[in-house]
Parts: sequence; structure tokens; C-alpha cells
Amino acid sequence: MSGLRSFVARRLLLGVAQTAAVVLLVFALTEMLPGDAAVALAGDQPDPARIEAIREALRLDRPAVERLADWAAGLPHGDFGTSLASGRPVARYIADGFGPTLLLASLTVALLVPLGFGLGVLAARHEGRLLDRLVSSVTLAVYAVPEFALGVLLVTVLALRLGWLPPTAVGYGTDLLGHPAALVLPVLVLLARPVCSLVRLVRAGMIDALASPYVAQARRYGVSGARVRYTHALPNALAPAAQQLARTIDWLLCGVIVVEALYVIPGLGTVLLNAVAERDVPVVQGLAVVFGVLTVVLNLAADLVARRLAPRSGVAA
Amino acid sequence: MHEKSTRLVPPPDRFPGLHRRGFLAATGAASLGALALAGCGGSGSGSGDGGSKGDGTPKRGGRLRAAFAGGGASETLDPHLANLFADVARAKALFDKLADYGADLSARPRLAEKWEPDKTLDRWQVTLREATFHDGRPVTARDVLHSYRRIADPKRTFRAKASLEPIDLDASRATGKRSIEFVLKRPTAEFPNVLAAFGAYIVPENADEFDRKPVGSGPFRFVSFTPGRSALFRRNDEYWEGAPHLDELEFVVANEESARVNALIGGQVEYAHELNPTTARAHEGGGRIEIVRLRNSAMQGFCMKTDRAPFDDERVRQAFFLIADRRELVDGALSGAGEVGNDLFGKGYEYYADGLPQREQDLDRARALLQQAGAENLRVTLDTSAVAAGFTEAAGIFRDQAKKAGVTIDVRMGSKDSYWSDILDGGTLCCYRSGAMPIEAHISQRLLTGSTTNATKWQRKDFDALYQQAQSTPDKAGRAAVYERMQRRLYSEGGFLVWGFADWIIGTARTVKGVQTEAPANTVDWARFDKVWLA
Repeated sequence: MSGLRSFVARRLLLGVAQTAAVVLLVFALTEMLPGDAAVALAGDQPDPARIEAIREALRLDRPAVERLADWAAGLPHGDFGTSLASGRPVARYIADGFGPTLLLASLTVALLVPLGFGLGVLAARHEGRLLDRLVSSVTLAVYAVPEFALGVLLVTVLALRLGWLPPTAVGYGTDLLGHPAALVLPVLVLLARPVCSLVRLVRAGMIDALASPYVAQARRYGVSGARVRYTHALPNALAPAAQQLARTIDWLLCGVIVVEALYVIPGLGTVLLNAVAERDVPVVQGLAVVFGVLTVVLNLAADLVARRLAPRSGVAA
Repeated sequence: MHEKSTRLVPPPDRFPGLHRRGFLAATGAASLGALALAGCGGSGSGSGDGGSKGDGTPKRGGRLRAAFAGGGASETLDPHLANLFADVARAKALFDKLADYGADLSARPRLAEKWEPDKTLDRWQVTLREATFHDGRPVTARDVLHSYRRIADPKRTFRAKASLEPIDLDASRATGKRSIEFVLKRPTAEFPNVLAAFGAYIVPENADEFDRKPVGSGPFRFVSFTPGRSALFRRNDEYWEGAPHLDELEFVVANEESARVNALIGGQVEYAHELNPTTARAHEGGGRIEIVRLRNSAMQGFCMKTDRAPFDDERVRQAFFLIADRRELVDGALSGAGEVGNDLFGKGYEYYADGLPQREQDLDRARALLQQAGAENLRVTLDTSAVAAGFTEAAGIFRDQAKKAGVTIDVRMGSKDSYWSDILDGGTLCCYRSGAMPIEAHISQRLLTGSTTNATKWQRKDFDALYQQAQSTPDKAGRAAVYERMQRRLYSEGGFLVWGFADWIIGTARTVKGVQTEAPANTVDWARFDKVWLA
């Protein structure tokens, strides 16, 4: 058990370093973009005197290192700084955007797990037969459709032609849960590709495991088919799928820009997009911290789950 | 009046061009002034009559939801910070200006009942109409002075500050509860344009915080606001121009054009602002939604920097005027949604020199002019960016047109977030556009030696003098003659190659009535929801 603890500690330390590196990189990249917040705020009225005045008011005339240090000094107290564009706290931006993002992500994952694993196991059980071929070809086909194309297609057919569902969530930003029908299409689009990759991973892992010597041995001992499948083969098949699931959750939480834009859901992706366009460096950095931490934690969790499911992979780690 | 082009294949809909935020081309520096319109036309401009579509008798009640591209979580209801179309639409629902622009971009009285200059045009008496703020207090001269001083505060960077520059606010004073004497730094015949300037809204004295419970004198009262998501307003029954027909007005933010259209067709909103020409064509006459085209809303052109080679030679500029096939540019870059330009700003606006012959493509003369200038085999870089609809398309089309005259154009794509600042001093040739503003404001902001956004680097002492002459000419006919002279000069050798004027396209549900069509974006009747009703 102490091995596990030191593994977790090591990974967390590494995660802190990784997050710091991400923040530094994001800061450097944002600084390298042409123009700064003053230029972006001045927009189509780029009167140089006004830009200079905005720069002064926002204290952008200080060296980049100083601004970064200033911002970082607030972090230990949970202070993410204030937005350059509006003067509001960055924490508010993140909190406001996180609600819709978390809602979408939870709904998607809640459907993704049973669907992905269920279909994967089903296909593996019928390997080579009609059902397997059907699942395999459909998942391959859906996986090949880019999400914006699928999104537009679903809106056009289900919302505009048939009128079954609202086409967007416009104006519901503050109360998405109160309009569940508006969530159906975005969740469908978000679900489409992850389900396919998960099904294919589970299926492949399951087929591998079922063909492995230890399963053959279990069968020879007369262990029942269901027990072989679900207690011996499945856990091994799940280990790679768990990693994939973690990546999917990470993607869902770190802003799904296309879906948010198409369905007008004001989540973290929208916040990020606006912040970059406005060169609102504190907001971009705040998001980088959140995204960095999420990625580290999720990957760690996935590794732990994988270790638990298939302990031998831990030896190598 | 205007043909729809159906022959061209619509340009590919750049779907992932997310976040196309409509920046209003601004009224910046010193909009100087207009006719001594003392007491003209009491209640501003057209109410539901005149240029509106559909109609019938106005009906009271209901909530209209209007979708705009917005500014995300950074949005504010501070009217002096208004920058995007969504900001202005919200600001004009809650607040008033002293004056605003009519369809021809001449200033019309709003909160000001009348204005009168003295003989030298540098002192103006402005009388306010009787109006009240939403909290019941009357709008007074002190509120006006507070608002203007807030905008002009040197420690702040409000957009309208440059427009108010002609006013000496220390010397200006309230001469009564509803009368103000504005003292100007110099004669300014077009002073009413200053009162109508972009963002020059009147807020109550001492107001400085607008996101919690903003109080204005506008047709709607504040109910709720979530930045980047929605703003809900309610009818102001005490509005000085008569209560709006609608009970409630909700602004919702949808940055993606396709989302605005989908929400409109799906019945989630009744008004969608800023649609693409291709969308308009697909739905015009289709019966599901109404398409409203606001003509002459955005000037489209190319800027030639007149202070550097090769455009410091007027023959090269003239050759470029002759290279442009304007119809092809309008059809290709604007999908036909607009009309051709004549190298002058402000088609259809007050003082526009419409007597000048329409310039047409003439490649032979262009070649000859280039030869005279010793600029055969000319190679120039054209700056463009995805900052405005049609920019990259226009650059590509013009490159092909120039090739026929032996000019090689290299198109350079720039960042859209810093484009306007990049092209102000950099490069030699760039794509340009501008929203509606009075011709006088266009000149003062962009074409004088001291102009703050002089992207063509047009700096001519005699031209400056003509402008001052116009500003010191009390009678309108005299001024019109001076403006005509200035425009002739720009037409023959200026730095703006104005190839078109884009329509501003709005979609509404079929139930929405009273939407004005004679209202270029930025004018008083644009996004004017107090005159709209739901049938």
C-alpha cells in the first residue's frame, strides 16, 4: 500500500510541475500573439493615444515577468486575478462557465459508460457475426463524422424539420436544467464519437482477453461462461478503456468549443475563446490552471483504476 | 432598386469561424457638427410608419427575444463602454442620447428638444425635453454634464471621449434645470453630431455602476442581466416618446450566425441580428422568417497609404481606382448583398456628392497611368483578415482584377484581433470597412492631419482648411458646397477605394411588425425595439 501512496505522491508532484509548465507556456504563447488586451479593446478605433491610455489603465506597460509574478502571487490564496476586459474576478468567469460544462459532461459520461461498455462486450461476444459487424461498421461510420457536421445535421433534421427538439439553448444559459429538451442534441453530438472509440476499444480488449491462455485455462477448469467473461476477461479489457474514458472526460471538461458555439451553451470553451480574442491574459491563465489540474487528476485516477483492474500493468509503471 | 445576385456560387460558409463579433465601425474622434437645427422635428424619427415593413395597427404586449453576437462574460451595461452591436442595442433600450442619427446620418433631437448656436458657432444653447429617469427623477442639465464629464475623464478610456473633444467641459455650464450652454474649443457647425456621437448616453448624476441596477431614461427598464447570456428589460410606461408596445424585451447572446438563424427558425427568438447574405437568400420569400435588409450600413473598400510608395503617386492611386470591378466585388465578396461604391464614403447620407460619375473598371487607362508613373510590373501586398465578413474574399477578387492590369498583389492574412491597429500605420494597401457615421465625422476622424485613425495617411493642409471652413459656415447650403469640393478631391485622388456598401441583414419572426428598414446600423431606428410589436 505504501508503494501506491508514494506513486500517488510522485504523480501529484509531477502534476503540479506539469500545471506550472502549462501556465508558463500559455502565458508565453498569449504574449506572443499579435496585439494585447489594449489593442483588442480598442477594436476598430485604434487611436494610438487611446490604446496607450488603456494599456496604462490596465497596467500592461509593466514587463511581462512582473505581470506574471503578480498574478502568480495571488494563486496560493485562491485569487485568480481580475479580468482585463471587464475588471471582474477571474474566479467568477470560471465558476460561471463551469456549471454548463459540468452538466454537459456529467450527462454525457452517464450515458457513455453503459453504452460504450455494453455495446463493446456485446460485439465481442458475437465476434465475427452479424451483430458484431453491424456495431463495428456503424461505430466506424459515426466516428468518421466531424462533430460540427453531425451537429448541423441533427439540428436541421430533428429541430428544424421535425420540430421535436429546440435547436439551441439560447437564453437558457442560467437555467439549463430547466430546459432538458435543449440538452438532448448537444449531448448526442458529444456522445457520438467517444461512444464509438470506447466500443471499439472494449470490443478489441475483450476479444484479446477471451483468446488469452488464462481464459482458456479457466474454461478448461469448467468455470461458467458468464463468470469467465465478466470477472476474468472484462477487467483486463477495461484497463485501456479506462484511460480512454479519462481522456474523454478531460476533453468534455476542458471546453467543447464547437458544441458550445453551435448550441449556444456558455461553458468554459466559450469563456476561453472570448478570453483569447480579448487577450484577457488573467482569464486565459486561470483557465490553464483549471484545465491543467483537471488533466492531471483525471489521468492519475485513470492510472489508479487501471492498476486496480489489471495489477500487472502497475509493475511497469 | 437593387438586384439580388443569384448567379454566383455562394462563398463557402466558414462554419468554424467562431465568434464573429460585430465591431461597430466607430464614431471616434471629433464628430463635429451639423446644421443649426433649432427645434426641428420634435419626436425624432419615424415611429412604425415610413420605412417599416408589414405593419397594421400596433398591438400591445408580449416579450420579444432578440439574438445578437455578444462579448461573452466581459459584457457590461455601462452605456459609455458600448463597443459591440449588442452593447449599443442594450444601451439604447435603457438610455437616451441628446441626439441621434436619422437614416441620412443627420442629427435628430432626442433628449435635447432644441439646440441653437451663437453667431460664431462656438457656443451652443441646448434645451432638454421633459423626461424622467426610471427612478422618477427628471433628466436635468446636471445629469448631462455629469455624463459628458464621465466620458471625457482623462483617467478613463471611454470610446466617445474623442467625439466630445470639441467641448470645453470646464467652461460649459447648466443655465437652468433643463438648459445647458456648451462652450466649444472652436467653431463647430456640426455640433449636433457630437450630441449624437456613438456612446454619448445620458446617465443620472453620480451614476458609475451599471451592472446591478442601471437607471436610464430609455424606453425600457432594467429587470435582469447575466453577462454573455441574457438581459431582460421591461416596458417603461413613462417614456417621453410614448411607452413601447412590447411588455418585455430580452437580449440573448449567440455568437455563431448559424445558431442565431436556427434559434429564429426554431421559434426560440423573434429577432436575429447580423445574418449572412447566403442565409438571407436561402430564406427570403421562404415564408418561415422575414429578412430585413438595412441598406448602406457598412462601407467596404481598400485603403491606400498616400504617404508611401507606390501610393504616394496619385497616378498609381487613380490606376487602382480603375482596376476595381465594383460589381464583381459586391457580387463575390458580399454575395450581392449591397451596392457599388464610388470611392466616397456615405452613399445616401447627408452631404454625399452624388453628382459625380460612377467610376467603372478601365484596365487600359489603368495600365497607361501605371506606365506614366513608372510603375509597370508593380508588386504590392494587400493586408486582409477574417475580421469582417467578405474581407478575404474581396482581397482574392481584387488580386485577380489587378493581375489583368499587370499588377501583382500578394494577399497577406493578419490576426483579426489586432487587425485595425496593425493596418493603421503598417503596410501600404489593406481591406477596410466602416459602419455608418456622418460624412463630416468620417472626414474628421480619418482624413485630417490630426485625425486619430487616418489609415490612408491623407494629410493635406488645404484639405484641413476646407474642413475648418465648413465648420465655420453657418448656412447649410454653403457647407454642402464645401463638402462637395472636399469629396471631389477625394474622388479624384484620395486614398480610399470604396467599392461597395453592404446591407446589414436582420431576420425576424413573421409576427414581428414595425421593424424599420430605412435605418443603417448605428442610426436611431436600427435595433429600435420600442416601436416594434408582436402581431
